[in-house]
Amino acid sequence: MHRFPSNVSRRRFLLGSGALAASSAFPRLLIANTGGSARLVVVILRGALDGLAAVPPYADPDYANLHRELAIAAPGTAEGALALNNTFGLHPSLSFLHERYRANELVVFQAVASPYRDRSHFDGQNVLENGLTKPIGTADGWLNRALAAMPRGGGPTHERGVAISQNVPLILRGDTPVISKSPQATPDVDEDLLSRLADLYSKDDWFSARLSEAVQTEKLADAGNSMDAPATTSPAMATPGGKPAALDRVSGVARMAATLMRSDGGPEVAVIEASGWDTHANQGGAKGSLAQRLAGLDQALRALADGMGPLWPQTAVLVVTEFGRTAAMNGTRGTDHGTGGCAFLLGGSVRGGRVIADWPGLARSALLDNRDLRPTLDLRSVFKGVLDEHMRVDAKTLASRIFPDSSGARPLQGLMRA
Amino acid sequence: MIPTEIAVLRFGLGARPGDLAAAGGDPRTWLTAQLKGAVQLAGNTPLAPSDRIFAELLAARDERQEMKREAASQSTDPKLGFNPVRDAYLPHYRAQVLARAQSAALTQRPFAERLVHFWTNHFAVSADKGAVVGVAGTLENEAIRPHVNGRFFELLTAVEQHPAMIGFLDNQYSVGKDSELAQLAARRIARARPDADKPRREFGINENLAREILELHTLGVNGGYSQRDVTSFAQIITGWSIGGGKGRLAGGTPGRFYFRDNLHEPGAKSFLGKTYYEEGQRQGEAVLSDLCRNPATAKFIATKLVRHFVADEPPPAAVARVANAFLKSGGDLPHVYAALIDAPEAWDLEARKFKTPEDFVFSTWRALNALPTQPEEVIRSFELLGQRQYTPGSPAGWPDTAKSWDGSDALMHRVLWASRAANRYEQGVDPADVAALSLGGYARPETVTALRRATSSKQALALLLMSPEFQRR
Repeated sequence: MHRFPSNVSRRRFLLGSGALAASSAFPRLLIANTGGSARLVVVILRGALDGLAAVPPYADPDYANLHRELAIAAPGTAEGALALNNTFGLHPSLSFLHERYRANELVVFQAVASPYRDRSHFDGQNVLENGLTKPIGTADGWLNRALAAMPRGGGPTHERGVAISQNVPLILRGDTPVISKSPQATPDVDEDLLSRLADLYSKDDWFSARLSEAVQTEKLADAGNSMDAPATTSPAMATPGGKPAALDRVSGVARMAATLMRSDGGPEVAVIEASGWDTHANQGGAKGSLAQRLAGLDQALRALADGMGPLWPQTAVLVVTEFGRTAAMNGTRGTDHGTGGCAFLLGGSVRGGRVIADWPGLARSALLDNRDLRPTLDLRSVFKGVLDEHMRVDAKTLASRIFPDSSGARPLQGLMRA
Repeated sequence: MIPTEIAVLRFGLGARPGDLAAAGGDPRTWLTAQLKGAVQLAGNTPLAPSDRIFAELLAARDERQEMKREAASQSTDPKLGFNPVRDAYLPHYRAQVLARAQSAALTQRPFAERLVHFWTNHFAVSADKGAVVGVAGTLENEAIRPHVNGRFFELLTAVEQHPAMIGFLDNQYSVGKDSELAQLAARRIARARPDADKPRREFGINENLAREILELHTLGVNGGYSQRDVTSFAQIITGWSIGGGKGRLAGGTPGRFYFRDNLHEPGAKSFLGKTYYEEGQRQGEAVLSDLCRNPATAKFIATKLVRHFVADEPPPAAVARVANAFLKSGGDLPHVYAALIDAPEAWDLEARKFKTPEDFVFSTWRALNALPTQPEEVIRSFELLGQRQYTPGSPAGWPDTAKSWDGSDALMHRVLWASRAANRYEQGVDPADVAALSLGGYARPETVTALRRATSSKQALALLLMSPEFQRR
């Protein structure tokens, strides 16, 4: 694949447009200049991860009986969990996460859920992303609203949020402009054609804005790639457009996120999606299909941390899913849609090495609707805590514009290092 | 003049040379004439039926088991050089994807073909699930094409009893707890010595298919059902399975729908406030029949149709008109489509639907009078543009609104694909003619000027394909 030298502006023709003029006028030493500024990556696991497999409550007396052959054994036994504390462990596939836990860079949340209480993936994902208590009611996402409220400190005018895919998922859609970039390169688009298209789009704001963003983003990726030894883009890592990446591709997606965030004028907030968690049949236990997916996720998070390199100390990564799965195994060695589940917060800026769980237990009387882990922590409390302490979004905006009707979900304090 | 373009570009799949002339004069008749009978693949490509494909897969798995056993007995490397899914399934997937693309490029009934695509997306299965790869296209060809102009009940039943759907949503081994099989297993457990360390497998339901029928295929997520209804419906359709198998799961024709009475939860069951006394397979069919008469279903289907054909935000009056036709006609689909054609909102002159990658690729091939002849061309095109065929990734299907497809990176991928398509198909093509024949009165003067000023016919074609008017329908 042909690459332009990174010091040459490969698409000069659009330099006249506002966004580009601003970003290219920005000093080359941007990375050094923003050395203290925070980075946030949100990883959305679509399809509902089984929190009782990822974060096994091995000491709960009902766990093994309900989860049966899908249950993960206690730490220290064959194929057992990686130890967290006296009650919880991590799935044996999550070795990088365990490493981060022991380095005090990972908080594990158990028995969490968004305010959504029904069991549709698609509504559940809407609530996870729109920041409301209902699946409909707004066309924008809480992370987009939060972007507008993050202090700029006299800083850059470039887009501050990126979706690592061809298209932008709901969580990042909204009035604040964001960019999208998949790891799949577009190597040989003719410069003259782009220039003529820019002309052709001049009367159509919708197309015009997107083309200018696309050209700007390509430059970021080129610049970012020039810092890394191997190119991070290859057709083999192609991400299908509107859809989350399959897990074997997520490491490529994670590397692209890191590449963009590390480049001059790069975004501070990135969203990564991974699909394939809807394990209704033959889920497996310490080994098997879910175990492989978790290993892929673990690998991607490691690639993200490696890629962030010097920025890792100011990075926070949130890993979330739309809901948990049934406490009991179903009739086809899988689990059906549930409610309470798990979430992770990791990064160099996280005050980790902790499990945050007000554990309701898995006794029949404790289950929600006789089937699901009962949630005892609202995910919005986690989101608010991170946005407040890490991204410096003020509490009033958090409570009103970003998460309306969330007075019952107070921001969780002390998630980040001082 | 203009309504002809709307009929061909918005309701159809884009104009082939001559389409606008053929539909001209009476576009309404051009549309309604397409709404009779089954909609076969144009091009008449012979494809293997789902039962044969399933049987091949089962045979390949058995063969692999046998090879594994042999390898183990000879203590050689058990990692064998072949994978049953890849080897048995992929050739069928490739053939189905090519046949679909050729049909879209060639069909003389593009409105009916678009409706086939619409229902395939409504009743989505996804080939990223291993069990579905080789049969994803058979759902479209065997369950949807024959019934697209029939009654919704027939379409729905054909889909929910198709092995691809049953396999995709895991219903084949969903077992009622009082079924014959579960009772037998329970007696065995009771007889087993108490110190037996491995408990026997217990049987139970899997609620995946039941939930998605209600949420995605009929009532819609706010259609008034509860978790109790989902569980009950899952009990009702226990036994809806696929033929083939061994031991207590033997029976039926391998790879065809098969009702397994010994997995079915016996007895009357209540669902949405009504008690169903039918026995066996008929109980589930009675529920499907009632779902088709439910106003929530009519509204849900109407909303999706209007979103697909009119605008991302479906105008309520058009939705009401189409829903009403659905209820009044008892779900007779040609009546429903006629109501859509009658909706004035559908003839709004401004093209408001941003093309999906499928729309873009199919309309490009039609505009260029091109016919893909290799599966790779189709597969790579959709891989690049992010809409791998038969692989929406979830049972909800592909999103049908612009905001899911309009990322800046997605636009750059379209530019790249348009350049490649122009390179491949520019020979003997006059870009100005293509603009006139594919866009008619929709071609804007500035686009025509840009084509004239382009440095090559390749560049002109790429500009045409990426023009705002070609990117919308």
